[in-house]
Amino acid sequence: MQASIPSIVGQMIVFITFVLFTMKFVWPPITAAMEARRQRIADGLAAAERGAKALQDASSKSDQALAEARTQAQDILSAANKQASQIVEQAKGTAQTEAERIVAKAQDDVSREVARAREELRKQVGELAVIGASKILKREIDAKAHADVLSDLAARV
Amino acid sequence: MAASPAEYVTHHLKHLSSGHDDAFITMSNWHIDTLIVSTLLGLAFLTLFRIVAVRATQGVPGKLQNFVEILVEFVDNSVKDSFHGNRSFIAPLALTIFCWVFLWNCMDLIPVDLFPLLWAQVYGAMGHDPAHAYIRVVPSADMSATFALSISVFILIFVYSFKGKGVKGFTLEFLTHPFGAKLLPANVILNTVEYLAKPMSLALRLFGNLYAGELIFILIALLPWWAQIIPGLGWAIFHILVVTLQAFIFMTLTIVYLSMAYEHH
Repeated sequence: MQASIPSIVGQMIVFITFVLFTMKFVWPPITAAMEARRQRIADGLAAAERGAKALQDASSKSDQALAEARTQAQDILSAANKQASQIVEQAKGTAQTEAERIVAKAQDDVSREVARAREELRKQVGELAVIGASKILKREIDAKAHADVLSDLAARV
Repeated sequence: MAASPAEYVTHHLKHLSSGHDDAFITMSNWHIDTLIVSTLLGLAFLTLFRIVAVRATQGVPGKLQNFVEILVEFVDNSVKDSFHGNRSFIAPLALTIFCWVFLWNCMDLIPVDLFPLLWAQVYGAMGHDPAHAYIRVVPSADMSATFALSISVFILIFVYSFKGKGVKGFTLEFLTHPFGAKLLPANVILNTVEYLAKPMSLALRLFGNLYAGELIFILIALLPWWAQIIPGLGWAIFHILVVTLQAFIFMTLTIVYLSMAYEHH
């Protein structure tokens, strides 16, 4: 058998044309369908990832909010505590001042009373001295004439 | 052109063979061309799919993985539609049949004189007469290949019959269906024919389609070179359909036969 070169050339032309036809009309729709499927998978995976990330975001956000709320509660609590202790402190202070005032007033009263008693005593001593002197002298001494002498005596008591 | 058209066609339809027995069924000839080509195509399929399987990612698939995924999904869905059992063997079997037969059939699209020409050069260089360099590169246009595949499926039909119904159930069905126990001989005859028809039709359908395709390509090659283009192109484009369809039909019928064997009637 001998190969016929023209026939082989014809077959090659047919083959090349066939390959071109396949490239132009058969291949593109198939690759397009394949690419579409690939894209769908990629989109699906991306969406899943986005969903997972959103979930993570939400949970971390809620964690953050919780932590914030906890800190806030702590702050409020400590502020209240501080205020309470302040109020107690203030009350203590007020009570102290009041007590001091009362004590001071009482001391004042006492010293005034003492002064008054002393004054009284002084007067009575003066009178007693006049009465005693008049008894000794057997006569009346003019209380008015000797008032300065008597008061001088009383001051010395 | 030295050879007459008849000689040309006859030459193209001779296998690279280990013997020279011209009987229709022979034990002494090996079709070396069919064996080598089908083995290489099978290895190409296995290598490609194995590489993709090893590199497979769960994320966005690459172009090759996407292609393989589409094929696997398509075959798995075809199996799922008609076979309602464990698919762990049948789905890979169907995928292998589809891809392998598809590749066999694709060999038909290669210019008919290309491999004979190359082989004649090699054969001549080896010190033989190039005029006796025979080669056919379309395994599915060789009955030995198509029957090898269909007989394998035939054996699997029995395996799945026994698996699905048990040896006893299978024998009972073979003897008493479809006419009942009273017409036992009729049942046996009918079932024998039915069972034998399966591998015969599987093999002959594929062989007939691809043999005819090859023959027409050879006939077109006999035309003057400028007259080949239109019919050659038309037949090649039509062959896209034949190549795919025949592979698909072989796969689908295999699945259908095996699910029929597996399930009770």
